[in-house]
Amino acid sequence: MTGSRKLLILGGMAFAALGMLYGLQYALLVEHQTLDHMGGSLSQSFAAAASRNAGESRAALEQYGETKYDYVRQVDAHSHWIGLATLMIVLGVIFERVNFSEGIRQLVAFSLLAGSALFPLAVILQTYHHGAVWKALAVFGSGLVIAALAATAWGFARPGTTG
Amino acid sequence: MPAIPRPFPDSASFAPTFAAGFAPMSARRLYVFAGIALIAGGLLFGDIFAVFILHQNAARQGEALIAASRAIAAGNAVAVNESFSHLGNVLEDRGTKVDAHAHMIGVGYLALLLALVQPYIALSRRTKKSLAALFIAGGVLLPVGIFLIHYIGLTGSPFSAIGWASVLADSAGALLILVLILQAWGFWKYVRSRQMSEPELPDQDSMSHRALLTGGTILILLGFLHGAYYAGALLYEHERMETAILQRLISAATVGNLDAATAEINNFGNLAGARAVNIAAHAHIIEFGLLAMLLSFVQPFVFLSEKWKRRWVKLLLGGSVILPVFVLLELKLGMLAGGIADIGGLMVMVSLVGMLVGILRYSGGLDVAETDLAEADAAEDA
Repeated sequence: MTGSRKLLILGGMAFAALGMLYGLQYALLVEHQTLDHMGGSLSQSFAAAASRNAGESRAALEQYGETKYDYVRQVDAHSHWIGLATLMIVLGVIFERVNFSEGIRQLVAFSLLAGSALFPLAVILQTYHHGAVWKALAVFGSGLVIAALAATAWGFARPGTTG
Repeated sequence: MPAIPRPFPDSASFAPTFAAGFAPMSARRLYVFAGIALIAGGLLFGDIFAVFILHQNAARQGEALIAASRAIAAGNAVAVNESFSHLGNVLEDRGTKVDAHAHMIGVGYLALLLALVQPYIALSRRTKKSLAALFIAGGVLLPVGIFLIHYIGLTGSPFSAIGWASVLADSAGALLILVLILQAWGFWKYVRSRQMSEPELPDQDSMSHRALLTGGTILILLGFLHGAYYAGALLYEHERMETAILQRLISAATVGNLDAATAEINNFGNLAGARAVNIAAHAHIIEFGLLAMLLSFVQPFVFLSEKWKRRWVKLLLGGSVILPVFVLLELKLGMLAGGIADIGGLMVMVSLVGMLVGILRYSGGLDVAETDLAEADAAEDA
């Protein structure tokens, strides 16, 4: 088995387990409380408005927005890690059919691995800091994945074989 | 009337090395059957959900928000809480069904994936079979547990926020993680020993294999590009719009302007619809791409003529494009596009069942051939 295939299959299995473990701990320790908090904030915002307390209503609505922002990203990171891991394992099985030299295949596999690690990680980090740094890292990570997949598609379509 | 001999499909082969990789009740066979069955079951559940529950659920969400806005206008905080309690119930109903659908299909993909990598898992045949049985048990119990969360709730639970159905779902998830960790350990053993435990899938160059592989890669790439566009151009805008619409809704209801409040609830519904269709299109096109790639590997096990294999492949790829494209078009074409998208899902499901029938025929033929061989050996010995 070539190095690029090992990288993709081992990396994919590691990311699948990581994504599932992350999802499990989130579901057990955080998700139910987050959903309660999200629903509670929105409800509180409406109830405060009914009591004609505009300040409390606005604060609760902002709290709702922030909680939902975090929740969406936590769930996205979990699902993207597992999804990208699945893709890496599938590609790992057939990567020798990508008609490039093994050196280029390793570069493509490494890009896919790095992008699959960075993209969901940067999405999670956005829940701690809303600045542009983590958004840029997420864009960079997803760009690596897209470039690697485009190269893979090109490699599948190229005529000839390289062992 | 004499029986007319039917020729075997030319694309299927019962070569001994290949047959060893698809032995009766082997881990690979269990993963392939369970994987396709879980994906087809998840798609069927998704189609039923889309037709009978999704739009009705969205209408109930709108009704709950209208009731909440009326309660604000009347200055009745208790009625607001009642409306939100109802809204939470409606959202849980929808969310658990979407999750059950997604997890059932996700586990199906993982099962097909594990079928592929079995030669590289350096564990005994019995261990691999036990792991496959555990995986299937976890894969079935996980969506069942998620589905039941809404109906069982906290009944009889000793926990403050987690009910028994959640415990079932989480336990099933833990079982899947355990199986994956053991598979990774088996793969690590293979990397160290370089001894394959069973034959690899044979090299193939059929049209159905190439079409599924190339089509699948293109679908995934399109899904990634759409996801990047959505995250870059729409995600943050939608998040800002949601809070702004809710703020305007509350303000309008507070001053008793019920028409304006209702208009904002409609805006909220439209925004939720826009987010949902974009996310659904992104997720489905990638999932179908992955499914096509996974199915390209099991084509040698599909004991059908090349003509029928091509038909199922065309149906699968056609449905894989129709569903996400028409899900996106729901914003412009409404229910008509939704109906066409459901037909796309049905096309994928039918092609999956067609391929599963072909695989059942293959395994049946293999088992009969092995039984005949064993009987012939026994007769020779006698």
